[in-house]
Amino acid sequence: MSRDAGKVQVMMTLVACVRHVVALFVFSAMFAALPAGAGQANAQQPVDPDASAVKEQTLLQQAPRIEGRIDIPDKKASVLIQPAGRQWDYFHEVILHWLGAIVILGMIVLLALAYLIIGRIRISSGRSGRKVRRFTGFERFSHWLTAVSFVLLGLTGLNITFGKVVLLPAVGPEAFSAFAQNAKYVHNFVSFSFVVGLVLIVALWIKDNIPGRVDIDWVKQGGGFIKSKHAPAGRFNAGEKLVFWFALGAGIAVIVSGYLLLFPFYLTNIAGMQIAQVVHAVVAVLFVAVILAHIYIGTLGMEGAFEAMGTGEVDLNWAKEHHDLWLADKLAKEGPAGRPGPSPAAPAQ
Amino acid sequence: MARMKFLCDADRCIDCNACVTACKNENEVGWGINRRRVVTINDGKPGERSVSMACMHCTDAPCAAVCPVSCIFPSEEGVVLHSKDLCIGCGYCFYACPFGAPQYPRVGNFGSRGKMDKCTFCAGGGGQEETGSIEEFKKYGSNRLAQGKLPLCAEMCSTKSLLAGDGEIIAQIYKERVLKRGYGTGAWGWMTAYHEEVSV
Repeated sequence: MSRDAGKVQVMMTLVACVRHVVALFVFSAMFAALPAGAGQANAQQPVDPDASAVKEQTLLQQAPRIEGRIDIPDKKASVLIQPAGRQWDYFHEVILHWLGAIVILGMIVLLALAYLIIGRIRISSGRSGRKVRRFTGFERFSHWLTAVSFVLLGLTGLNITFGKVVLLPAVGPEAFSAFAQNAKYVHNFVSFSFVVGLVLIVALWIKDNIPGRVDIDWVKQGGGFIKSKHAPAGRFNAGEKLVFWFALGAGIAVIVSGYLLLFPFYLTNIAGMQIAQVVHAVVAVLFVAVILAHIYIGTLGMEGAFEAMGTGEVDLNWAKEHHDLWLADKLAKEGPAGRPGPSPAAPAQ
Repeated sequence: MARMKFLCDADRCIDCNACVTACKNENEVGWGINRRRVVTINDGKPGERSVSMACMHCTDAPCAAVCPVSCIFPSEEGVVLHSKDLCIGCGYCFYACPFGAPQYPRVGNFGSRGKMDKCTFCAGGGGQEETGSIEEFKKYGSNRLAQGKLPLCAEMCSTKSLLAGDGEIIAQIYKERVLKRGYGTGAWGWMTAYHEEVSV
């Protein structure tokens, strides 16, 4: 035991000795490294504890947000400063207000001009009195499910941006808040029926919306807006195909961004939430404008068009003028018997 | 009239979270609501700094601008208040806030956040409740300002890192500190919140 203790003591003296030598070495090395006179200045000036400290401006130049460690489980609270909030504010209050007003009011003005200049497009050879089935009940259900959902979503969505400008001064803060609260829930939950409607529409109609050579002819012939020219089309003309593909693209954009907003911070951080809102708002405004045009041409703008989605049956002459290839195909399949019997469960063609 | 502001001297903050605790206790806020929090930057590295952050009561407050029901507004003293009676819990104020100040009682799936809650500078609420009443306390927390007192977070700060009060006075205090000790990392968030720095 005593031999062991002695060993330890020797070891300790040795370690201490080495430590002194090392310290001396480091000390002299430090002095050697210092420029002449720096040693004196160091003694006079106080040390700067901020020499290595992070600065707000530097951090904001490196990254759009300043993030750190927090003691609470709320992950999003670790973002200390995100100046982008002010940019999002500018988007929401300035850009979106102008964009929305110009695009939507602009479309309404355009459609009014179209009505005044071109007028209602008539069935030029008049009604034949013979009916042709254009859409099955299930197709019309899918369309109207999407359409009603869209109108509700559009109005409640516009209320979030424009309600405080248009409605709030008219009804007062209490009534407007109560309305806006309910509108928010309508917007959130009607989104599901919109998704179902859009999926049905796409499944039912995608095969009739594949672009083809006939679409080029349709555009060349003025899309049915020029009375002297006949624009050929299959089940859907090029204009309808554009609405279909736009609805699909814009629909996916608003659905994805919308569900990111509906489940906040699940998949995204604060920047993701802001981008989701920007995408949602911009695409939705364009969507509303396009659908306004769609509603116009399906009702006021064209005689005989609404029946297709109303009763599901269109006049034979209307079909000849607007969907000649589809009509020829359909009549060839069903024979010249005229009014077809109960339509098959699968969509036509 | 004074323009109320917060200033956190990051060179003094020791991440003790007393401000957070003081705020929770004084205002009796619900579970999960953190009107004030301390964020540590460069944790464990040289030059680590902690900053206590809550609503900065911004000039041209972005939360107030984006609110779809216009329920957020600045008081005469620049304190940004809101009415929980009008709030619809849409969450937009959180997206606009540069400081992550707005809080919601619930997570918010399907728009179920509930009424927004945030630091009121211990100045009660922006609703119809009578100043200093029980109703006001239950909804918005303490109204110390009406009693001539400043926010408790700053009053209880053990190192006097967190300053609350008239913007000009707290800026002056910070300036004198920086001049005397010879260093300072600046008033965090001031440029974003008030469009100005504290120049020393």
